[in-house]
This record gives sequence, structure tokens and C-alpha cells, in this order.
Amino acid sequence: MSNVITRTANNVWDWVNARAPALMPMYRKHMSEYYAPKNFNFWYYFGSLALLVLVNQIVTGIFLTMQFKPSAAEAFASVEYIMRDVEWGWLIRYMHSTGASLFFIVVYLHMFRGLMYGSYQKPRELVWLLGMVIYLVLMAEAFMGYVLPWGQMSFWGAKVIISLFGAIPVVGNGLTEWIMGDYIPSDATLNRFFALHVIALPLVLLLLVVLHLGALHEVGSNNPEGVDIKHGPKGNRWSPTAPADGIPFHPYYTVKDIFGTGFFLAIAAFIIFFAPTFGGWFLEHDNFTAANPMVTPEHIKPVWYFTPYYAMLRVVPSFFGIKLWGVLVMFGAIVLLFLVPWLDKSKVKSYRSRGPLSWTMLAIFVVSFLWLMKIGAGPGTDPVEAIIGRVLTFLYYAFFITMPVWTKIDRTKPVPERVTMHD
Amino acid sequence: MAIETTMNPASDGDGPDDTGRRKFLTATTAVVGAVGVGFAAVPFIKSWNPSERAKQAGAPIKVDISALQEAQQLTVAWRGKPHYVVRRSKAMLATLPEMDSTVLDPKSSNGDQQPKYAQNEYRSIKPEILVIEAVCTHLGCAPEFVPEIRPQPFYEDWKGGYFCPCHKSKYDLAGRVFKAQPAPANLPVPPYHFIDDNTIEIGVNPTGAA
Repeated sequence: MSNVITRTANNVWDWVNARAPALMPMYRKHMSEYYAPKNFNFWYYFGSLALLVLVNQIVTGIFLTMQFKPSAAEAFASVEYIMRDVEWGWLIRYMHSTGASLFFIVVYLHMFRGLMYGSYQKPRELVWLLGMVIYLVLMAEAFMGYVLPWGQMSFWGAKVIISLFGAIPVVGNGLTEWIMGDYIPSDATLNRFFALHVIALPLVLLLLVVLHLGALHEVGSNNPEGVDIKHGPKGNRWSPTAPADGIPFHPYYTVKDIFGTGFFLAIAAFIIFFAPTFGGWFLEHDNFTAANPMVTPEHIKPVWYFTPYYAMLRVVPSFFGIKLWGVLVMFGAIVLLFLVPWLDKSKVKSYRSRGPLSWTMLAIFVVSFLWLMKIGAGPGTDPVEAIIGRVLTFLYYAFFITMPVWTKIDRTKPVPERVTMHD
Repeated sequence: MAIETTMNPASDGDGPDDTGRRKFLTATTAVVGAVGVGFAAVPFIKSWNPSERAKQAGAPIKVDISALQEAQQLTVAWRGKPHYVVRRSKAMLATLPEMDSTVLDPKSSNGDQQPKYAQNEYRSIKPEILVIEAVCTHLGCAPEFVPEIRPQPFYEDWKGGYFCPCHKSKYDLAGRVFKAQPAPANLPVPPYHFIDDNTIEIGVNPTGAA
């Protein structure tokens, strides 16, 4: 009897494979025969965790659209309805709102990993560029999502961010009206942001994630040592031609990632159950009041993941009656990240093989970013803080602009022949 | 007699001489296609413009100022943006020349921030009645009306004016921005005119004015 079942299952499997010939090769290429360096450490959790959060956002998001009303008149009340009257609605909504912040935590750590181990260097420039585009789309997606509950901070945040485009000479005013479909953020704005948030940008995001992974699997993963395992000795337990220092992604790294997922979900659950607003960092207090175009909240600030850039916008004064400078500095800070593969002139990939100068610069960058994050989240009244903010903005830019110099002059240690397993 | 089979290599669609024609056809097809896509995109792009309903909602409004006392301010909404209507006292008007050295653009020379008929000392049609858009020129917050002429925590030598709670930009009682503020320009004066002494209409220029 079991023989019949096995035979039938096998027949069905063969039938499908004969008609979908890419299935098994895809599985082998990306899972069972994707040989990743065997020395992945803690920092390598965040790519797969980003994927996990993306799935969470899509699933919880779909369920939220079933109850949410994308109109200025009903949006705020419909979110409260989800929170209070819909069975388990609070959980689904908090999974979505917490997921947004966790997405950025995970993505920032993932990007830092790439920066620290030189994972953007040749031949992985395209992987980095696609990742940066994902980051940009994610910012647009998060911004529009934050507008949807139509609280005070949704409204005023939208107003401030959209007015950035008004700083562009000549076309600015027409452009902001075109984006909003009105003279202020209104029903039309909310409705179109809903469409972009739930369908247009997620489609783009999914496509980009596929391309990001495709590009990575074409050139292979980097590792903490920056060793190019494809150029090392060949032959491992699974294949005589695969890199000796590689192990199959499945089951080795799927198991490792599931272990990391366990920890991650425990932290996520703690936040969702005990601190969903995270003290006003994940959901701002002002957003628990319905949008009112006539009353400005005392402090308008974006959610934490935008505050480093927002701080730059705020500390740059207007020169010659033009307010565009702050906007340019802010967007420039993101553009610089795109250029990293070409700014880094070092012979070695990983900072493990670099000298103290590189580590100092990296530390300056991290401190600038985090401190700007803190300044951007504050009220912005302290004039001393504004000066500190300018210095930090300068340091942020200096990290990138002087990168061709310090990566070149810094002394390097030889890259090991083989990956090491004992750190 | 051997029949020459070389008819015309250019006309049978297979000869080497066709490359140029094919390139031409490919290019023209691509260009025409791109133009078509461009035209087809117009309705979609245009659909994002303010709709007829939104434009209707942006129609001019009438404001009755008969009950407005000196040093009082009225907030009205036009096109969804708050607008301030203030009846300034003689004392308040007297502070304005004193502020000339403090403000960035004392002569209102930035023509984008007010119509021609408000490009004067008081930035208004009638000196005492000020009509301005309550939208900070920095990032669009609503500046607070602080009319009292006395020292403030945010400014020692305060002569009355506007203070933006978001990024601390300061303006005088004619909506002129102080020097070295996040905001780069004076508060905008909307188009408006007096229907009679007690009624103004926001959104329409005075007759004769451009």
C-alpha cells in the first residue's frame, strides 16, 4: 500500500518536473548546491531576517487592508476599530507596525555588515547597488505606510516630507500639488499612498529582492575574512568542483538561520506584547490623535529610521534665500552610500585585514550616524546641538569623500589563504 | 541561358544589404513606440493633479472682520491651509520700521512671497489689516502668534511677531522672517481684496491688480 503511495507521489513529482524543468535546477542553484563560505558569523543572520520581516509585512498587511478604510474621513477610526473591535486586530496591526521598525533595524545591521566586510567590492557591486535601491524603496514604502493611519504625525510628517520637493526651484510647487492631488495632504493623498503602499511598491520590492539574491548567487557570498573562496582550493564533501571552503546553503545555513529566527521572533514578540510603541520610537505619541491640518504638533519628527537624514536637513541653514541646501545634503547622504563600491580603493575586502585608520573612520561614521539619529529625533531647539549636528554631518560626508584616500594609505594585513573557523 | 537568380538582394529581405534598413526600421519602431508610451502615460500622470472637486474646494472665501479687535487674530482656512487675519494696533505698526535691521528681507523684495499690492512697509493693502498664510516657509508648520511686546524665552528683545514651534523660525508682525533662521523667506501674503471695510475676500486680487 505504502508502495502505491510512494509510487504515485514519485509519478506526480516526475510529471511536474518534466513540465517545469527549472524547479530542481533552481533549488540546487540557490539552496542545496549554493556553496557559501563556511565561516559566516552573527552578522550573517540579517539578510534572511530581512526576508522574514518582508513576509511578515506582506501577510499582516494583506489582513490589515481587509479592515482599513483608505479615506481621510475614515482611516483613523478604522485603525482604532482594528485595534479594539476586530478579533486579534491589535495583534495583526502591532505585528505590522513593529515589523516596520524591525525591518529597518535588520536592514541597517545588514548594510553595516556589508560595509565592514567589504561585501560591496568587486565583483559584488551590483549586489550592493540593488540592495541600496531596496533601501530607497523601503524608505518610500515606510513613509507612505506611516501616513495611512492619518494621525497628527501622519499628516504633518507627510506635509513636511512632501514640502521637501517644493524646495526644487521652478517646478517645486506644481510638483507638490501633483504628489498630493490637492493643496495640502488630503483624502486624495491618503488614497494614492494606500495604492502605492499596498501594491505598487511591494511589487517593486519583491522584484528587487529576487534580483538582489540572483546577483548574489551569481558571484557568491563574501565572508568575514574577505577570502575569495571561489579562487581557493576545490573539492568538498559534496562536490569535487565546489570551493573547499564552501558548504551547501541548505541544510547548513537554513538551520543556522532558523536558530537566529528563534531569537529574533522572541525579541519581536516581546516588543509586540509589552512595548508596541517602544516608548514613542516605533509609534509616536502624536499619532494617537487624528490628523488636524489646523493644529501643528509641538515637535514634528519622522520615525527613528529617518531621523539621521532629518537631522541633516534641519541643521543645514538656508543660504541666499534658497532652502534647497538642506534637502540636497540629506539626499546626498544617501547617494554617497550608492558610490561606496567605487570609493573604496583598498586591496582587501574585510576590515579584519585593514589597519587602525580604517577602523577609526568606520567608528566615526557609526558614531555620526547614531548621534544624528538622536539629534533628528529631538526637538531641535538647542543651538549647541545644531552645531554638533553640522560637525557630525561633515564627518558623515568626510567618511565617504575621503574614503579613496584612507582606504589607499591605510596599511593592510595579508588576506588568509583559507577561511578560519575559530573566531 | 542561365537565369540570374540575383534579383535584388535588397528586396528579398535576406541579403547583407538589408542590415541598414533593418536597423532603420528597428530604430523607427522603437522611437514611435516610445512616443506612444509617452502619450499613453499622460492620462496616468495627469490623474494625479488636483481633481475638479479639489479645485472647487480651493475657491475664494469671504471673511467678515467687523468683530476683529486690535491685536487680535483670526484664523481662517483657505485651500485647506490656515490663514491669519490680524488687526494691528498703531503701537504694533510702529515696531515694524525698528525691525528692518533684524529681518532678512525688510523691503519684501522677494516677489514670490506677496502680490505687488502688498509689497510695502506693512505687507498689506490697508496698513492695520494683515493677511498672511500661516505656513512657515521652512517646512510648512503653523507659526504661533506672539503679539506681546516683551522679552520671550526664545528671544530677548521681542517686539511681537510669529514664532514657529517646529524649528524655531521667528517672524515680525508683518510676517517678515528674522535673519539666520531655518526659514528662508517671509510668510506669504495670499491674493486678497476688500469687498467693503468689514469684508475681505481671500483668493481674489483687487480689481486692476495683476
